[in-house]
Amino acid sequence: MREVDVSLITDAVKRMSMEANTRLGDDVIATYAACAEREESETGKSILEQLQRNAAISGETGLPLCQDTGVAVVFIELGQEVHLTGGELKEAVNEGVRRGYREGYLRKSIVADPLRRKNTGDNTPAVLHVDVVPGDKVKITIATKGGGSENMSGIKMLKPADGVEGVKDYVVERVREAGPNPCPPTIVGVGIGGTFEVAAILSKKALLRPLGKRHADPFYAALEEELLEKINRLGIGPMGLGGSTTSFDVKVEVHPCHIASLPVAVNIQCHSTRHLETEI
Amino acid sequence: MSDAIRLTTPLTDADVEKLKIGDRVILSGVLYTARDAAHARLVDLIEKGEELPFDPQGQVIYFVGPTPPPPGRVIGSAGPTTSYRMDSYSPILISKGLKGMIGKGKRSKEVVESMKEHKAVYFGATGGTGALISGCIKEAEVIAYEDLGPEAIRKLVVEDFPLIVVNDAHGGDLYEKGRALYAK
Ligand code: SF4
Repeated sequence: MREVDVSLITDAVKRMSMEANTRLGDDVIATYAACAEREESETGKSILEQLQRNAAISGETGLPLCQDTGVAVVFIELGQEVHLTGGELKEAVNEGVRRGYREGYLRKSIVADPLRRKNTGDNTPAVLHVDVVPGDKVKITIATKGGGSENMSGIKMLKPADGVEGVKDYVVERVREAGPNPCPPTIVGVGIGGTFEVAAILSKKALLRPLGKRHADPFYAALEEELLEKINRLGIGPMGLGGSTTSFDVKVEVHPCHIASLPVAVNIQCHSTRHLETEI
Repeated sequence: MSDAIRLTTPLTDADVEKLKIGDRVILSGVLYTARDAAHARLVDLIEKGEELPFDPQGQVIYFVGPTPPPPGRVIGSAGPTTSYRMDSYSPILISKGLKGMIGKGKRSKEVVESMKEHKAVYFGATGGTGALISGCIKEAEVIAYEDLGPEAIRKLVVEDFPLIVVNDAHGGDLYEKGRALYAK
């Protein structure tokens, strides 16, 4: 057994929640630039340039990229050889979020109850997904997810007979309906298979894969490309003002499922795609 | 792209009427911030016939919930939030003289109709560029509902805030027009 003190997890979550909100991945910055080059609409181009300027200013001033600094979605892959010491895992993660959102001057966007809606004041609790995996490491991934794009997501229980065409129609329809709301250009995470809840989690995990990186299975890699092309023919464009860049990428993740089922979930991610990972 | 139009708040009917969808506007002056929670309280006051924390006549509301200001700054990151959540509240404010709204995303038919009827305009700001927009905000002061935190009503003074007219007072909709132009 390897002992890991949970304070290390608190520190990592704190650092990553601050860093993720002020620094985009190199893949994202490169995609902004490449799409600004080829965007057909002048307005769309100028928006993609604003995104680049915004990222630069955020890096220089430490101001968050977006005022919606999100709900902290934390994925932990916990090695089964690890013995956590010094406290509770969930509380350690929440303490990291609490400190990161306070010290980073990030917005507190969480209400304690969905209907009575009182702000918790410290952006906790985080949404925590834990998987137990082989090994003696703790891998932590944090995605700070804004409400605007999360609200445009959806799930549908298709019939097996709907097949791949049904999946394509649903994904494209979701993006079309979302229109300008989720701050396009977006990244579209698609979870296919599993059960109701597995499809939803897959669609969010799909968003963690670097931009431009295709699914390892050529069948799904081709599906991602086809969906991206269809979506970019919708004409929605940057901020929905018209243009050829509606989405930067489409990511598909799949899971075995029941003979009667074909769940498909679409998690929409705005252009401000903020996530980081680390290993302890 | 055509030249940008410079405007200063408060806006008059004449200011609003000359704006057309797709116009780029550089806005300066006072703005009031409000998101859904603050809108609910404003509309509640109007329904009870009570006084509002600010007179909406000629004013512009910016749909934003900023991040806290770090030391040395008047405000943190401050980009637009999605506007449809304010759709059920906007028409009554427009009927009380509100001339402009700044946000991102589609508005309902009812909002578009009330903008036509009472002469108001909906501007789009670029979502997700809160650090960039923060630089246009010169002053910020909470004037009501401090308990709502990021959702409190703030009076902002802005300089050269870059916007685009998404819905004008003539019923136009840039989202529809823009999409139709580039759909293949
Ligand atoms: S959708 Fe994303 S970029 Fe747009 S306001 Fe929300 S978090 Fe920011």
